[in-house]
Amino acid sequence: MRGALARFAARRLASMVLVLLAVSLLVFAIFNVLPGGDPAVRMAGKIPTETQVEAIREEWGFDEPVYVQYVTTMEKLFSGDLVSYFTQLNVTEEILKGAPRTFALAIGAAIIWMVFAIALGLYSAMRVGTLSDRLLTVLALIGISMPVFWLGILLSHYLGYEAGIFPTGEYVEFLDSPTQWFWHLVLPWFTLAVLFIGIYSRVLRSNILETMDEDYVRAARAKGLPERQVLLKHVLRNSLIPIVTLWGLDFGAVIGGAAILTELVFSLQGVGQYTAEAIEQLDVPAVMAVTMYGAFFIVIFNALVDIAYAALDPRIRLEGRRQA
Amino acid sequence: MLGGACLAAPLWASQVAHTTPEANHLSDKVEIDGEPTEVVDLLGKPIGPTWSGRFFLGADSNGRDIMVRLLYGGRNSLLVGIAGALGTIALGLLLGLLAGYHRGRVDTAISWAMDVLWAFPVILIGIALGTALALGGLELGPITIEGDSLAIPIFVIAVIYVPYMARPIRGQVLALREREFVEAARAQGMGPARIIFSEILPNVATTLVVFLPLLVANAILLEAALSFLGAGVQPPNASWGTMIAEGFDRITSAPHLSIVPGLMLVATVLSLNVFGEGVRDALDPKAKLRLEH
Repeated sequence: MRGALARFAARRLASMVLVLLAVSLLVFAIFNVLPGGDPAVRMAGKIPTETQVEAIREEWGFDEPVYVQYVTTMEKLFSGDLVSYFTQLNVTEEILKGAPRTFALAIGAAIIWMVFAIALGLYSAMRVGTLSDRLLTVLALIGISMPVFWLGILLSHYLGYEAGIFPTGEYVEFLDSPTQWFWHLVLPWFTLAVLFIGIYSRVLRSNILETMDEDYVRAARAKGLPERQVLLKHVLRNSLIPIVTLWGLDFGAVIGGAAILTELVFSLQGVGQYTAEAIEQLDVPAVMAVTMYGAFFIVIFNALVDIAYAALDPRIRLEGRRQA
Repeated sequence: MLGGACLAAPLWASQVAHTTPEANHLSDKVEIDGEPTEVVDLLGKPIGPTWSGRFFLGADSNGRDIMVRLLYGGRNSLLVGIAGALGTIALGLLLGLLAGYHRGRVDTAISWAMDVLWAFPVILIGIALGTALALGGLELGPITIEGDSLAIPIFVIAVIYVPYMARPIRGQVLALREREFVEAARAQGMGPARIIFSEILPNVATTLVVFLPLLVANAILLEAALSFLGAGVQPPNASWGTMIAEGFDRITSAPHLSIVPGLMLVATVLSLNVFGEGVRDALDPKAKLRLEH
């Protein structure tokens, strides 16, 4: 059993490496093979002379075949020597600078959306069919239907600029001032969390309703356990498993770049904003690095969720094998 | 009802509009409370909603009528959303059917490609593809697509969501192909193409119908996000996403510029989501579709 699990984990990790390799090839292809203009010409400035362009081409290796360029880029990526075409700054350092901000945003938002989703989902399921349940359903749907960046703009304009309760943006280092750090992140956290609160509370509600019909819940009730205990120990615990899975996947995605819009609206200068700027300038080394970084987190959280699932529930692997 | 209105209004745009979405009215005056007022004042601040006739919802900083732009922009948002979703369904269906029916190597290759696409954050691959294509255009053999064409965001959205469609279809086909009626068809000597079309396709059709409204809703949101980032609909075309982005630059002086298109967007997507949930509950309550945007 243990060996089987280890083999499963090893296989999962091996396919992860392959997927990351393919991601890097795909991104490199998107930015090199598609007609996007010669990077040497763009780097040479407004009115380049032919010799300048040639010099840049030689210095950066644009005259090499595409596959050689790919290999050099990847080598530099792993040795941490990758440098941006345009700002000449080290890409790895830039990402490491932005990562704490993105993590602060993602972790805070993930806690908020989990707490709110559990509270609202549980409340809704307890009062199925009542007015408050319907109201929460409508609110959840509105949350799902709202563009994140639009919500962010509204919150920062009305609660930040007009009412002056919160700062409208910018990031404050935790070590500089913990209270300001917190205060500056409140709006971004909620902006990012709203969509997930909507999704998770709906999923949790329907999970709870499904679990309530299970035999073991009826048995627990029949043996005289107080309703509160039945709810918390049997129903909620089992309904939470799928939510925790989602949580792992979404957290990976948010760290991996899904927070771009929130970061931009509140100008938090995290990895997401760096990504947006890199793509806008077609800065290939930076784009390669951030997509690899993003894909890494998504893939690793996917794998972790799969492995955790397989460890918890042996049926899953058997089913998986039968289907595949 | 609300959804119907949101979907229909942009289609009538050219009949009701007094001007074109690109036309400037910088030096025009409109009557407000009986007083002629500059559409854009000397400080560059545009008028707010007049709630009547021309400039019903006010003007933007170039003196363009927001209501008119809203309707025309809505056309693009809806066009990109619906066409993108249909593209996703076509591609996802094709790949899902192939992978599920043929299994073996075909399945491995397709599933793996889906895994790779899946490994990207949706928004990240969206802006990467959108920006690269918008700058260079796209050349597919004899077809050349200009960089500012609406076909590019449609293509990008269709590709991004494919794994979300192909995976559930593949799973269904895997189960379906073992069922007795497929066995029977095979025993009768039907070829794979006929089995897929006449036996399997009708059975996955429900899933397609259930997914379509939800997929359109998400495609519209994704289009808005990409356009907001400048990687979706390109000028001179407008969409609700680009309008919000334009408004964001002048949020302090004229907040209505980004609020109004956002409200249209929320209303449209909300009604699609409500409609989609209704369809799902009626046809296939167990179906689960999860998309990011």
